[in-house]
Amino acid sequence: MSDAFRRRAVLALPFAWLALFFLVPFLIVLKISLAETAIGVPPYTPLLERGEGGWSLHATVANYQFLFSDSLYLRAYLNAIKFAGVSTLVCLLLGYPMAYGIVRAPRAWRGLLLLLVILPFWTSFLIRVYAWIGLLKGNGVINNLLLATGLIHEPLALLNNAFAVYLGIVYSYLPFMVLPLYAQLEKLDPALLEAAADLGCRPWQAFGRVTLPLSLPGIAAGALLVFIPAVGEFVIPDLLGGPDTLMIGKVLWDEFFTNRDWPVASAVAVAMLVLLLVPMGFVRRLLQEETA
Amino acid sequence: MSPRAAASAIQPYLRLEHVVKRYASGGPAAVDDVSLDIARGEFFALLGPSGCGKTTLLRLVAGFERPDEGRILLDDADMAGVPAYARPVNMMFQSYALFPHMTVAQNVGFGLKQDGLGRREIAPRVAAMLDLVKLGRLAARKPHQLSGGERQRVALARALIKEPKLLLLDEPLAALDRKLREETRFELVRIQRRIGITFLLVTHDQEEAMSMASRIAVMSQGKIVQLGTPPEIYETPANRFVADFIGTVNFFTGHVAGTDGPLLHVFCPDAGAVFTVEHEPLAAGADVAIALRPEKIALEAPPAEPGRNRLVGRIAAIAYRGDASSYEIELATGRTLRATLPNTRRRAPPFAVGQSIGLAFEPGACVVFRP
Repeated sequence: MSDAFRRRAVLALPFAWLALFFLVPFLIVLKISLAETAIGVPPYTPLLERGEGGWSLHATVANYQFLFSDSLYLRAYLNAIKFAGVSTLVCLLLGYPMAYGIVRAPRAWRGLLLLLVILPFWTSFLIRVYAWIGLLKGNGVINNLLLATGLIHEPLALLNNAFAVYLGIVYSYLPFMVLPLYAQLEKLDPALLEAAADLGCRPWQAFGRVTLPLSLPGIAAGALLVFIPAVGEFVIPDLLGGPDTLMIGKVLWDEFFTNRDWPVASAVAVAMLVLLLVPMGFVRRLLQEETA
Repeated sequence: MSPRAAASAIQPYLRLEHVVKRYASGGPAAVDDVSLDIARGEFFALLGPSGCGKTTLLRLVAGFERPDEGRILLDDADMAGVPAYARPVNMMFQSYALFPHMTVAQNVGFGLKQDGLGRREIAPRVAAMLDLVKLGRLAARKPHQLSGGERQRVALARALIKEPKLLLLDEPLAALDRKLREETRFELVRIQRRIGITFLLVTHDQEEAMSMASRIAVMSQGKIVQLGTPPEIYETPANRFVADFIGTVNFFTGHVAGTDGPLLHVFCPDAGAVFTVEHEPLAAGADVAIALRPEKIALEAPPAEPGRNRLVGRIAAIAYRGDASSYEIELATGRTLRATLPNTRRRAPPFAVGQSIGLAFEPGACVVFRP
């Protein structure tokens, strides 16, 4: 077996995986998005139909036009991006000091601290989000505690609003920010900070001129890992955000399961994917410049 | 000038007074009561094996560590409480610690930019500094695009550009290959002479210290065990540790058999012979150790008649090094010793393995230590 063949065989595996479990499902979704709703199983018209004159193609962009005609979808997209963007920023502001603290902790502590960051994953995501309902609701743990201590006299509205959604997203996705930042900061040679100090930098100046620029790849990776799933997040806005919270993931769910309008739901999914390619491309360029 | 400075033998520029540093409180001292004066413009080396405290001492001067006891004065200013970023001292790191996200020019100009200088002031100084280290054409490169030797020179330029009162060099040549290391030694000395900045070098490589430094402090276990010029350290080591650490040495232990004016006769059982050495009189029977450098031994074949400081042995092994050869010689007692001889002729190696050979040395070639 030649080296070239072996190299190709090794590369073929991830490509086959991506093709089978990403490209093919995406093409199916794309196909459905070009169809019309129909009553039956499946609930949409076929793309190719065999008629009297042979095969005929039935494709329509009406579903995409519909997305633009109803402002609900645009608002849902923008809202999702706002929720995801703000949550990503908060995750960064919380996660950076955490990751930095873990890197600077005594070696014996680091394993334990990282374990604590990952620990929530041992419980189902859904159960953890439900647990927040128990904490946040009107007669939940937090309100009862505050009432009992006399700090407040009537329960705070903590649930079914934007605050609860931000809280839920930040809580759920914080580890995805901390871990890549930790990996990046851990690689940082402490001698670089000493060199900066030696050349006249106060600690915060050394942070700005050395640590921060060198942790950009970690920031980018963490931001993508939080932002992208948060944009499509459905469970958190549904459970914590209440009926008034508008996010594209929830709209998608409603189109599929409540309206049973698979073509429009597919169009929403395709549009969301295209939308996410923009920040990914931006980060990719940033990373390339960094390594150039 | 302080009266204290006037009293000392050299005009101190960097002065360490009874400096102690412990990493764990109550633990062993990494730097143990070190006092040292370094003059302005000196090229000074701290030499010692790894773990002897030389790097800690350098970091204390740089301000990365704080001494537990003692004072560090630079140009009469007490450095206590002066953080690293405010000290008029720059350091060249062993790993170079170049900023990977900056170009060569940005790395070199880092300190000036930090001091708030404008681009117009920085650019010509960076260009001049890059010229000094012969790196002008690489100004736009990033560190990972440079060879080891080029990186080393960027690190030097970056540390010199602020014109520090003192430049600290932490094993500056350790990462270079042998040939480059030898060239760079001359280069460093040339640059130091040209700019006149005081250099404080830390190294475990005695050849590096001896070839560059004007004075050397040999350190062991946190203390300075000898301070002197390179020839003083090499030819008159203060104790067995220094003799053994600097260069190669043959040790013989024995006891005084008699005194003869400036000479001492010492019987060395493992050599099976009496050594005649230059030393002040000692009581007969006193235990002494004798150190004899390999290049101070003359070899002759066939062996001459036995006489003063003449031994006979057999060549057990030869290590050919090109410019010279090292000979391992086994004496009749079974004791082996090392002798070095330059290869002055191109052809016909002077001696062969297994050959019987005579050894001779001057009484003045030996250093005597009292235990």
